[in-house]
Amino acid sequence: MPELKKTRKESMLLNIGPTHPAMHGIVRIIAELDGEEVVDTDVEIGYLHRAFEKHAEQDGYLQVIPYTDRLNYVSPLINNTGYCLAVEKLFGLETTERAKYIRVIMNELSRVTDHLTCVGASAMELGAFTVFLYMIKAREMIYQLIEEVTGARLTISYTRIGGVKADLPPDFASKCREILGECRGVLKEVDQLVTRNRIFVDRLKDIGVISQADAVAYGITGPFLRSTGIDYDVRRAAPYLVYDHFDFEIPVGEHGDNFDRYLVRMDEMEQSMRIVEQALDKIPGGPVLLDTQGNEISAADMVDEAKMGRVTGLCGKSASTDPTLEGSGRGIYEKIESGNKEAMMPPKEMTYSSIEGLMNHFKTVMVGHGIRPPKGEVYFPVEGANGELGFYIVSDGTDRPYRVRVRPPCFVIMAALSKILKGDTLADIVPTFGSVNMIGGELDR
Amino acid sequence: MLTTFIMAGIVLFSVINLAGLHTWIERKQSAVMQDRIGANRAHVVLPWKWAAPINWLLKPINALGLFHPVADAIKMFTKEDYIPPYGDKLLHTLAPFLSMTFALVGFAAIPFGDVLVIGGREITLQVASMNVAMLYIFAMASMGVYGVILAGFASNSNYAFLGGLRASSQMLAYEITLGTTLIGIVLVYGSLDLQEIVRGQGKLLFGWIPMWGILVQPLGFFLFLAAGIAETKRIPYDMPEGESEIIGYFTEYSGMKFGMFYFTDFVETILVACLATTLFFGGWQVPYLAANGFHFPWGAEVALPNLAVVILQIGAFTFKVLSFCWLFMTIRWTLPRFRYDQLMELGWKGIFPISLVNLVVTAMILLMLG
Repeated sequence: MPELKKTRKESMLLNIGPTHPAMHGIVRIIAELDGEEVVDTDVEIGYLHRAFEKHAEQDGYLQVIPYTDRLNYVSPLINNTGYCLAVEKLFGLETTERAKYIRVIMNELSRVTDHLTCVGASAMELGAFTVFLYMIKAREMIYQLIEEVTGARLTISYTRIGGVKADLPPDFASKCREILGECRGVLKEVDQLVTRNRIFVDRLKDIGVISQADAVAYGITGPFLRSTGIDYDVRRAAPYLVYDHFDFEIPVGEHGDNFDRYLVRMDEMEQSMRIVEQALDKIPGGPVLLDTQGNEISAADMVDEAKMGRVTGLCGKSASTDPTLEGSGRGIYEKIESGNKEAMMPPKEMTYSSIEGLMNHFKTVMVGHGIRPPKGEVYFPVEGANGELGFYIVSDGTDRPYRVRVRPPCFVIMAALSKILKGDTLADIVPTFGSVNMIGGELDR
Repeated sequence: MLTTFIMAGIVLFSVINLAGLHTWIERKQSAVMQDRIGANRAHVVLPWKWAAPINWLLKPINALGLFHPVADAIKMFTKEDYIPPYGDKLLHTLAPFLSMTFALVGFAAIPFGDVLVIGGREITLQVASMNVAMLYIFAMASMGVYGVILAGFASNSNYAFLGGLRASSQMLAYEITLGTTLIGIVLVYGSLDLQEIVRGQGKLLFGWIPMWGILVQPLGFFLFLAAGIAETKRIPYDMPEGESEIIGYFTEYSGMKFGMFYFTDFVETILVACLATTLFFGGWQVPYLAANGFHFPWGAEVALPNLAVVILQIGAFTFKVLSFCWLFMTIRWTLPRFRYDQLMELGWKGIFPISLVNLVVTAMILLMLG
């Protein structure tokens, strides 16, 4: 990097953002420029603050799940999983094997979509618009797959406390393999187009450099940390779900620059696809949600049990699943005592068709009902696409969390951004900021 | 005099229409390259019953999205023309006109055919035949950058200012390279007149290879291509614009004034394509086609009337120019953008010294050949 020149007293202040084509999400970088060189920057965040954490304190544990979709809106499944794992830890629950495998598959698919978006958007900002559209094409195929499983593309709310909402569709494995094949084709195409492209390499190499020591000091995780050569990955360091059953590598870089981050992300996509394929091979049968009695009960019943707070016995119990979405194929209130009706969420068709169901639903979502975990506090980290995504939950024994705190991976990177940008040129702000993969929803919560 | 006016009209008409069509080409070609359908929603459908056959004829045009340039024009002309309150009103208004005018007048020196004979009168197919045509084109192209610089400075916006700054230094770096690259051609054909250069390319090397510029100046061609694309201010050289970094020198422009800058890029693309054709790909030359017909090297001869020859020549010229436009479009949608200092490095430390070497070597070879 050229040494910072301070010979000229006159410098220009350039206000980049909050509305600027490269500031995806909304963020503002005030840059002090000496010609084209960045003397100093001030990164201002908070434009997308939606009070997620405060919201979570107002709602019951199950009602927080949809809010987690909106955190990292490029890989919402990882947020869902992270939150549910944290609540399950609070309850002392362990979900079924099949549910674990399904969560792993969906998490890794989400990681691929996240990296595709990040790399594609960065390339687009460097002028390679074609690369962006190739990657979005691949992402679209995965989104369709996710839609088939969860019923939604983005606001999916797929996981439940104790499992997942519904089982995989019947021909999922073959379709998934096919799409991963196509995805690999796209990645190969992109690789050939830009990885050895002199302009692209020159734009990224030795730009946005962060040292190992700095990265660790700031608490940076994920691809950003791995690009400096540290192979910290939550999936390996503190295996959750069934990540220890799979054979995968943790790609690391050397220099901690933008180009290494690009390479790490490209490699990680391949590793994620490997994990998905292994999981598809190994996935066991069985239920995808827990049951209190150890009997085979349907997924929706499990949710009901959990909502009534009868969760201590759920550990390791087998349960049967409904191939349809939650609860649509079962009799209403089969196993629920009339006295506890106010604590369960009736199926949607009941809510919409009978006054009794509507009343029950209404009472469930009212304050003072819902599921009640024991008193205590937990922190559960998962490997998000940007790094360690942690949920810290404090329970005071009521139906609402006392505190939900999210550790968003890109928050710490944004803290270090000012230091990383210093000394680069104005045009370098764009690829460096792109490699941070800032997601407004997660950053500002 | 009258023929000059008519020819100027024809050239202006074709260039402006081709530039308009370029917006469509850009949309469609990028769409094809990116697995998309591309813009096809600008439909013209007549509401009357009797107009059914016309609608039937309009159908393919609608499907191809060919009405989009028209829709663009309507949008540009009807949009609010905004001048930033603290900008310089006069210069702000002047900038797009300068930009556009100087890009367009360059075409006057481009020959698009040989001599057309109508009723005994000989008309050279070139709007202004001048013996310093090459210098004239470079002068006009250099003037064109004033529009961009003025736009940057008159807008009173930091983004536009940076764009203007980048544009001026980029143009400086690449104009010089462009000039030195082409001196080789001037040496080989011994003229600055483009018509003469094109005629010189009709000669045959070893009796059977047409002596096109690319054969005698292969290195010069690639250097010209690199510098010429820089002239058009499009990716990978779109530093002055850099839409994801500084938005560009036209940040504060709207409506047709913005449209004129947008248009200028396309006009310049066509100009560079014309120059590349004229200087390196034989201009209007069709291999073995002389003024009175084909003379093949193996002895066969096909006599053609003057009109047929001229039509063939204009056709060949148009085809070559369109091929270059296609090439530039492909480059634009394939490569990422340079960084400003890398661009300067490439210009001053890469292309410029090589073009000087090219010039010296060419001169020495010519000297040795006598």
